Amino acid sequence: MSPIREYDSSWEGDIENKLTEKFGDKIKFTGQEIRRVYAHVERDAIFDVCKFLNDELSFEHCANVIGVDMKDYMQVVYHIDSYTTYKGECVELTVDVPNDDPHVKSVSSIWGGANWNERETWELFGIVFDGHPRLERLLTPETYEFFPFRKSYKLRGWE
Amino acid sequence: MMADDNSEQTKTAGQMPAMKPVVDVAAETAKMETDKMWVIMGPQHPFSHGLWTLKIKVDGEIVTDAEPIVGYLHRGWEKEAENRPYPKIIPMADRLCYAASMTYTHLYCMTVEKALGIDPPDKAKYIMIIADEINRLQSHLMWLAAVGTDLGNFTVFLWAMREREYWMDMNVRLCGARMTTNYPRIGGVRNDTPELFDRDIIRCTEHFEKAVWDIIGLIDDSSIYVSRMKNTGILTPEQCANLGITGPALRGTGVDFDLRRDDPYSNYDQIDFDVPVLKQGDSYARYMVRVEEMLQSCKIIKQAMAKVRALGKNAPYRLKVPSNVPAGRHFAKLEDPRGESMMYLISDGTDKPYRLKVRSPIFVNVSASRELCMGCRIADVPAIMAMIDMCLGETDR
Amino acid sequence: MPMVYSSILDWVNFPDIMANPYYPFETYNLPYDISQKLWEIIGGTIAWLINLLFPGNPVSEWLVCDMTVNFFALIIFMIVVFLVVFIGILISLWEERKVLGRTMDRRGTMVGMKGFLQCVADGFKTFMKEDTQPRKVDRMTYMWTVSLVIGTSMLIACMIPLSDRWYVVNYNTGLLLIMGLFALAPFFILVSGWSQNNKYSLIGGMRAAEMMISYEIPMLILIATACLMAGTFNIGGIVQAQYDTMPYFIPQCIGFVTFFVCANAEAERTPFDLAEAESELVEGWQTEYAGMKWGLIMLADYMRGYVSCAMITILYLGGWNLPFIGDLNNYVPELVFLLKTWLVFFAMIIVRAALPRVRTDQILNLGWKVFMPLSIINLVIVLLLKMGGVF
Repeated sequence: MSPIREYDSSWEGDIENKLTEKFGDKIKFTGQEIRRVYAHVERDAIFDVCKFLNDELSFEHCANVIGVDMKDYMQVVYHIDSYTTYKGECVELTVDVPNDDPHVKSVSSIWGGANWNERETWELFGIVFDGHPRLERLLTPETYEFFPFRKSYKLRGWE
Repeated sequence: MMADDNSEQTKTAGQMPAMKPVVDVAAETAKMETDKMWVIMGPQHPFSHGLWTLKIKVDGEIVTDAEPIVGYLHRGWEKEAENRPYPKIIPMADRLCYAASMTYTHLYCMTVEKALGIDPPDKAKYIMIIADEINRLQSHLMWLAAVGTDLGNFTVFLWAMREREYWMDMNVRLCGARMTTNYPRIGGVRNDTPELFDRDIIRCTEHFEKAVWDIIGLIDDSSIYVSRMKNTGILTPEQCANLGITGPALRGTGVDFDLRRDDPYSNYDQIDFDVPVLKQGDSYARYMVRVEEMLQSCKIIKQAMAKVRALGKNAPYRLKVPSNVPAGRHFAKLEDPRGESMMYLISDGTDKPYRLKVRSPIFVNVSASRELCMGCRIADVPAIMAMIDMCLGETDR
Repeated sequence: MPMVYSSILDWVNFPDIMANPYYPFETYNLPYDISQKLWEIIGGTIAWLINLLFPGNPVSEWLVCDMTVNFFALIIFMIVVFLVVFIGILISLWEERKVLGRTMDRRGTMVGMKGFLQCVADGFKTFMKEDTQPRKVDRMTYMWTVSLVIGTSMLIACMIPLSDRWYVVNYNTGLLLIMGLFALAPFFILVSGWSQNNKYSLIGGMRAAEMMISYEIPMLILIATACLMAGTFNIGGIVQAQYDTMPYFIPQCIGFVTFFVCANAEAERTPFDLAEAESELVEGWQTEYAGMKWGLIMLADYMRGYVSCAMITILYLGGWNLPFIGDLNNYVPELVFLLKTWLVFFAMIIVRAALPRVRTDQILNLGWKVFMPLSIINLVIVLLLKMGGVF
């Protein structure tokens, strides 16, 4: 097995074009680097974008579902990798979630790898993923009452 | 047994009354659940390396369901990191995966260097390749030791640990500590390689490449070991990729993907090495992949050491970096011995990170234990979970 | 026996033991000899002391008359035989720790006479530990099954003769009796595993019982084959037959290997130790036993290992005779027997160091589909040899 470093610099442009073609203005591209595509997606389109990425563009691996507390609003960041067609590419999708309605559609039905990531994001930030089979506490004890990673939860007593 | 309803039968003269069953056996058996019990391979269990629980639902000997419970070691690492200046997070990153500590610190430094927009000097990159591979060898040898004990043989444990001691000595030569080394820095490494390091490293690799065959021979030549590992925990490549499994477990299933080759970081594109991939998808394939990886690591170390030597003694190994990181979002990925690990940094211009998220490969690998253990026997569960190579520090953070 | 104890030397008189009308054996029996001499010394001392105070009293006379000599000699005989077996088992325990250590690139026990006293100290420590007992166990079976396992193991360990003159009973179905008692263990283990009110013990007990039962069948066939070749079930007879012709591992090499593997399985040693599969089931059927009971179970394990090795030595390696040496045989046959037993045990230890555990269904596969046919093939070979007049 000799090392094959397949990489074609036209891949990022390719991915951007296909996504814009399908989703139009629901998706905005914020940056591009070697093997990286950064995008910002509307909340109601995220499930369709993910499904499109998985089915059509063969991005089979959901590496991460990250929650961020930006104080005025929350964000969910997805990192999705490809193993076959665009080998080595990583797409980052950012979704804004308002504070008073922290609901996002769950992508765990598309990728099993997102299951525990979403569960962890819920228990640490309080972002509810609709359609997740089992949104329970994982890392913190079951009787825990707070969402510890929110900025409003102060770690040290004097802050 | 007469389970049909005999109530219509009347006692007419000359006819024997029909036997009415006291209990309707067929209906009762259908109602009864067959004997399944939840066996809790609990937190205190000789096979779980680290503190976690695996609840398996067993029907006789066959496993029908599995549920891992983690979180006993959750320390709130990411929240704690938001309160510290960037250089002070490096010792914290050591404690994420204590078996292969330099990989996570390297990952962290790469992320921050990306956020700062600087490129560490070449010498530092090659030294970090050597350090990464040494840690990969240490981690894989500890995994090999665990495989032996899980399957019931203590000899493999002691032999693998004996080989690991040589690599720990290399760690000590490089940075002074065996575990939690605190060696990489943002912008390079802490110190240059010491005197005669290249001689020691070459000796170590040559010894290892011969000595590892003793241990592997004990396992491969024994049909008991092989038959306990073959045909258990089989997954298809699509299932593996979908479930988020990465690392040797993925390569043992036939998916040819390795971050060092396909998404190279830190000068790995200057090094020539092979990536072992096997198609069977069972525990034995994952075991063989890791063994091959150990041998490939030796190859990488030799090449990187030659490059370090070629750069000379006076090449820089560390850059000075500002303490405030400009605002932005950056992430870096690294091929951990256990899979694909990643750190995501959101910086806001101060000297403390705004959000620092760690992606641990085992966190996702262990969530797939239900699919891995389904349909196998109780005795296979330790063998399958040993191939996942749990390290609780990074799972629970 | 002179009644006058005027001088100290009077009771150190050691008459011919076989002249005693109550002598229980037919041939010369060494441990009985030792114990009778011991009683002569002890009982004679007491008799002489009492005689000093009350000269000519009936108690001292009774203490040294034939009947009491026999009685007390038998009691000391039991202790002597038990002690020798016990020390022999401790030596095999020590051998295991050292040899296992060396295969794993470490030294094993080092303290006290090259590590031997460490084993004694460990046993002592185990007996001193707190004896916890879970509340809901079935008390009767919990205590009795363990006692029976240990008791039967100790019984057969003591019953194995170490030579022509070191035996407890010498009767014509000796080997069959030993095998019968040896084979009782799985039943006790099964009931013991159930009585502990613990899922793990239940699974462990069932697995141990099914494994041991399926490996007893090849063992029985092989024992019958060896006795067929020798013509008798008497242990002394088998050893003599091997001395006359050749040690039986040469014509019955298949049987030798099969018996070795079955002995490993019966003694619950790795690769067949699923009953104490630590990495899966904590301790299997021994989970809820603590302190002295657990110590005795461990000892019973080593006793069964010792008995298996002793049976291999008797049936296949020629017992207590050394080949080609002739008359030197008569000096210390016991030592020869024990050394051969420990040699077989050495092989068992190496097997334990090198092999992992076999899964339950694979064990049963092996037992029924591989070893039983092999033992029958061995039987056929022996039948052919017998009919051909070679043996």
